[in-house]
Amino acid sequence: MNIQELCKELNLTPVAGESGMDKEISGCYIGDLMSLAMAHLEEGYVWITIQSNLNVVAVSALKEAACVILADGVTLDANATVKADEEALAVFTTEDSAYTLAKKLGALGI
Amino acid sequence: MVFHYDVDGNDFTLAGEISSKVKKRLKQLGLPPEVIRKVSIAMYEAEINMVIHANGGAIDVEVTPQAVHITFADQGPGIPDLEKAMQEGFSTASNEVRELGFGAGMGLPNIKKNSDNMTIDTKVGEGTTIKLVINIA
Ligand SMILES: Nc1ncnc2c1ncn2[C@@H]1O[C@H](COP(=O)(O)OP(=O)(O)OP(=O)(O)O)[C@@H](O)[C@H]1O
Ligand SMILES: [Mg+2]
Repeated sequence: MNIQELCKELNLTPVAGESGMDKEISGCYIGDLMSLAMAHLEEGYVWITIQSNLNVVAVSALKEAACVILADGVTLDANATVKADEEALAVFTTEDSAYTLAKKLGALGI
Repeated sequence: MVFHYDVDGNDFTLAGEISSKVKKRLKQLGLPPEVIRKVSIAMYEAEINMVIHANGGAIDVEVTPQAVHITFADQGPGIPDLEKAMQEGFSTASNEVRELGFGAGMGLPNIKKNSDNMTIDTKVGEGTTIKLVINIA
């Protein structure tokens, strides 16, 4: 499944990096601490977090994550939005909690 | 090939900027993805530590056919108990930076795990120098 399809399936709201929507998804990591995400994210992963600052984009880009989903209605910081557009890193927001998202991703076979 | 960078200790918005620049350069040089992955992890952690714990510093990267050598030098507070600092979960991060997602106490362990050689030279009141070697092939 690619990001575009995931966005549709989960009814996510795109907030940045819309030029990077064709990447394939290979897995998922959930968490809010940068050095744990740095250790656990792999290429093609979806990162579910409630962190909204620039470092989310920096860590995702360095680890080549597929996209970021901000849970619980969190919105992306302005400077992080600019950076995500630059890096073509798709970022979404949703009112769903991380748990709800995890269940939905599981049901989709991710 | 040698690259030099200065890390601004006051500008949080620059977080990870140098790590991403170096990653792009190493990609252009055609280094193996596994080497780039290790350098990215180690550099990001050390760069952030410089900003949040030491008020900035300097980074030098040297690429030889055999390895990537990286030196991080700061004039920050130094690390009083290095053995403790190297332990997973140990952190003196302020509440302000914890809110941004730092302070898991996993940075130095991540650096160690992703480098083939790591030396830390630190003195309280003078600063910290970290030298890393990441082998190619
Ligand atoms: N350059 C430095 N100058 C001074 N102290 C440092 C430096 N780097 C690390 N430290 C000390 O070592 C501790 C452990 O560092 P480490 O990177 O493992 O964790 P952290 O930065 O606190 O949290 P995390 O990296 O998980 O976000 C820090 O909390 C800090 O006390
Ligand atoms: Mg750290």
